[in-house]
Amino acid sequence: MTPENIAPDQRSAAPARRHIEHFVADFAETPLQATDKVKEDQAPLSLWGEAWKNLRRQPLFLISAFLILVVVAVSLFPSLFSGIDPASEACQLANSDAGPAAGHPLGFTQQGCDVYARVIFGTRSSVTVGLFTTLGVLLIGGIMGALAGYYGGWVDAVLARVNDIFFALPLILGAIVMMQLPVFRTNRTAWTLVLILVTFGWPQIARITRGAVIEVRNADFVTAARSLGVSKFGALLRHVLPNSLAPIIVVATISLGTFIVAESTLSFLGIGLPPSVMSWGNDIQAAQASLRSNPMPLLWPAIALSITVLSFIMLGDALRDALDPKARKR
Amino acid sequence: MNASVEIHEAGASAERPLLEIKDLAISFTTSNGEVNAVRNAHLTVMPGETVAIVGESGSGKSTTALAAIGLLPGNGRVAAGQVLFDGEDIAHASEKRMIELRGNSIGMVPQDPMSNLNPVWKIGYQVRETLKANGLPSGPDDVAKVLSEAGLPDASRRANQYPHEFSGGMRQRALIAIGLSCQPRLLIADEPTSALDVTVQRQILDHLDKMTTELGTAVLLITHDLGLAAERADKVVVMYRGQVVESGPSLELLRNPQHPYTQRLVASAPSLASRRIQAAKELGVESGDLLAPAEDVAVETSMPEEVLQIENLTKVFKLRSGFGRSTDFTAVDNVSFSVKRGTTTAIVGESGSGKSTVAQMVLNLLQPTSGKIVFDGVDTSTLNNKEIFAFRRRVQPIFQDPYGSLDPMYSIFRTIEEPLRTHKIGDKASREKKVRELLDQVALPQSTMQRYPNELSGGQRQRVAIARALALDPEVIICDEAVSALDVLVQAQVLNLLADLQSRLGLTYLFITHDLAVVRQIADHVCVMEKGKLVETGSTDEVFDSPRQDYTKALLNAIPGAHLMLPPEAATA
Repeated sequence: MTPENIAPDQRSAAPARRHIEHFVADFAETPLQATDKVKEDQAPLSLWGEAWKNLRRQPLFLISAFLILVVVAVSLFPSLFSGIDPASEACQLANSDAGPAAGHPLGFTQQGCDVYARVIFGTRSSVTVGLFTTLGVLLIGGIMGALAGYYGGWVDAVLARVNDIFFALPLILGAIVMMQLPVFRTNRTAWTLVLILVTFGWPQIARITRGAVIEVRNADFVTAARSLGVSKFGALLRHVLPNSLAPIIVVATISLGTFIVAESTLSFLGIGLPPSVMSWGNDIQAAQASLRSNPMPLLWPAIALSITVLSFIMLGDALRDALDPKARKR
Repeated sequence: MNASVEIHEAGASAERPLLEIKDLAISFTTSNGEVNAVRNAHLTVMPGETVAIVGESGSGKSTTALAAIGLLPGNGRVAAGQVLFDGEDIAHASEKRMIELRGNSIGMVPQDPMSNLNPVWKIGYQVRETLKANGLPSGPDDVAKVLSEAGLPDASRRANQYPHEFSGGMRQRALIAIGLSCQPRLLIADEPTSALDVTVQRQILDHLDKMTTELGTAVLLITHDLGLAAERADKVVVMYRGQVVESGPSLELLRNPQHPYTQRLVASAPSLASRRIQAAKELGVESGDLLAPAEDVAVETSMPEEVLQIENLTKVFKLRSGFGRSTDFTAVDNVSFSVKRGTTTAIVGESGSGKSTVAQMVLNLLQPTSGKIVFDGVDTSTLNNKEIFAFRRRVQPIFQDPYGSLDPMYSIFRTIEEPLRTHKIGDKASREKKVRELLDQVALPQSTMQRYPNELSGGQRQRVAIARALALDPEVIICDEAVSALDVLVQAQVLNLLADLQSRLGLTYLFITHDLAVVRQIADHVCVMEKGKLVETGSTDEVFDSPRQDYTKALLNAIPGAHLMLPPEAATA
């Protein structure tokens, strides 16, 4: 008790002394509950479970997930969606630039090929490149980013600089230059494209992973695990990485779309997949010649490309909202 | 609700209340539908009066206050009732009218001084902004005057500094300066000092008291601390689950609480009831000793009395100051103390006193610069990796933040099982049995096992953290501010649990805390730290009854409501 501490009795005397009513609420209206009782009525829900519950009600997610399922189904079993196999059935030059006909709903290209069949059969190469590039990028970028973020110090300094160097090179420009190398020019397949896109695509994921890992590595639950006797690397695998996954998944989903675009861009430029492989990029490039007289053969693969990319980007958006409530739009 | 009308009528004859909230209901639209945050709230603030709203987190106290200044979050709305400011209903007033009122009629001091000042603008600019918005003179002298009135020394120089150059207490003073700069008739202070150290809290509140008394400002103080409310306010309003359960003159409410919730709150408010709980704990220890299995006692006697000895412990951090240069910062300076087996030793200090650094070193997560830590007769710095692994089994931590210390991806079962799996103890079935036992020990239903941390409250998470720490049958538990983030009732519950576990399992606690009231409740010995140095040690009773150092005295005096002694009948309620 110190003198400058004014007792409440004297304080209330300072303004005109008022009568203060002592109000007590009706006990029945304000029932007491046991302090800190566990709610046992609801079903248990993990973080992912909660995200899923949230996603299920989002039209954005439902639409994009449906479209992606369709695209994946088409790329796996194209013959289910089109009776014509453009690889085995030669194009009839007689049909050059012809409009829609029975059995050929989207008309023909300048070479007399069925546009619908080519769009359906071109899906596989686009999806393959997109999917495997994303997996490769996740693997390399994830490992580099996780190590840099978790161990810090010189590991971080070295990996971060390597990352910066690759980050500075634009994906498309890098790919154009690389594809000119004799090794790649002679073996142009979907896998060469994947390799090149991974080479220039990993820094983005590495950066995101590094940030996410740095955020989590100092969390109390990591310290708790370490003081339980979990090894440093074990804590990275069991606690830090699973908790850093959300932003990585979001970025990976969105970049899957951009890798599909990159494949098409390179094919369009004539340095991606060889013309013998059916892909949307090749089709767009081939249709360019007859753009003025017959724009439809260019439009259909372009629409397919846009819808696929858009669905992946929308899925990424929906995932971000579900996994990171802070970023949710109001 | 009749009572509020009566107050209103009785008051109206003499003078008009400055703020009157009648039958207020506030609801929020969330993804789970409409949530009623506040129901039937009513309170009256007379001009110049200080009224405190007390309640635990989620009780609707801040929401009620925000409604009074028209700053409810976007998804919240006033569903029913009135907010009368000087007779005018502002519950549904236009934004334009609210802007007129804010600042010069109703001021606000927000809770967190760290995030409520814009880091990219100088303090002076932020004060000037407020003055300008309310059409007051805003020259450099006016700004300096406002700041110096709020107790900032050297105000004109300080006005040119950025928020990061201010300490927490100074930032809160700046916020108070902004809140009071336009001399409002009502000041809403939302937990104005809960982020600050007790001694700073005391200074700030004293100053706020003085300023509002001089200006005749009425204050609506929102706090979770009943002791603080009783000490600072004329009238206390207790809120519980969105409803006002009791209100009245602060001392009367404290001494003669009527509503069961208020009774519960008064009984467990640490600052008020510490002695009583201490006595109860001692009783508990005695009865627990009788129940303790005989073999445990035998094991204990065969071991050395002092389980932890800390000798001349020093930790120096190198702070990088650019171009390879570094300055030394001594976080822990030559600290020595020892911890007896089966007792609780508390390290008390304000932020920056080095108490958590000591804990980290004892846990062997940080290497001391010099000095040694002897655990059970062995210097911990000499341990090899295998021995450290074994050491981890015997010394376990419990952390402050119940939201951060559990992995959100792990179910409660996996969380508690992790230490067992890491140390390869038992098979799957026996581990599950052990987890069930542990949940029983911390008084959580076994069905909690399948749940995830995000479904549990702070107190429940802290119990899970305790269960995890107990999984390896440790001897020493380091509690780093283990209860500071919890509401008082939950805090009391967790402290009782810890005391109970200690008596049953013969645990030794090293309790790191800033809260002297908590120390009184749980500790046998106290070490007071100030700026890295140990300033006082002794048994809890010695330190509390006859503190030798000025710093300890200042800390003790700063406990809000410590001098409001309770009459015996309230203590037994």
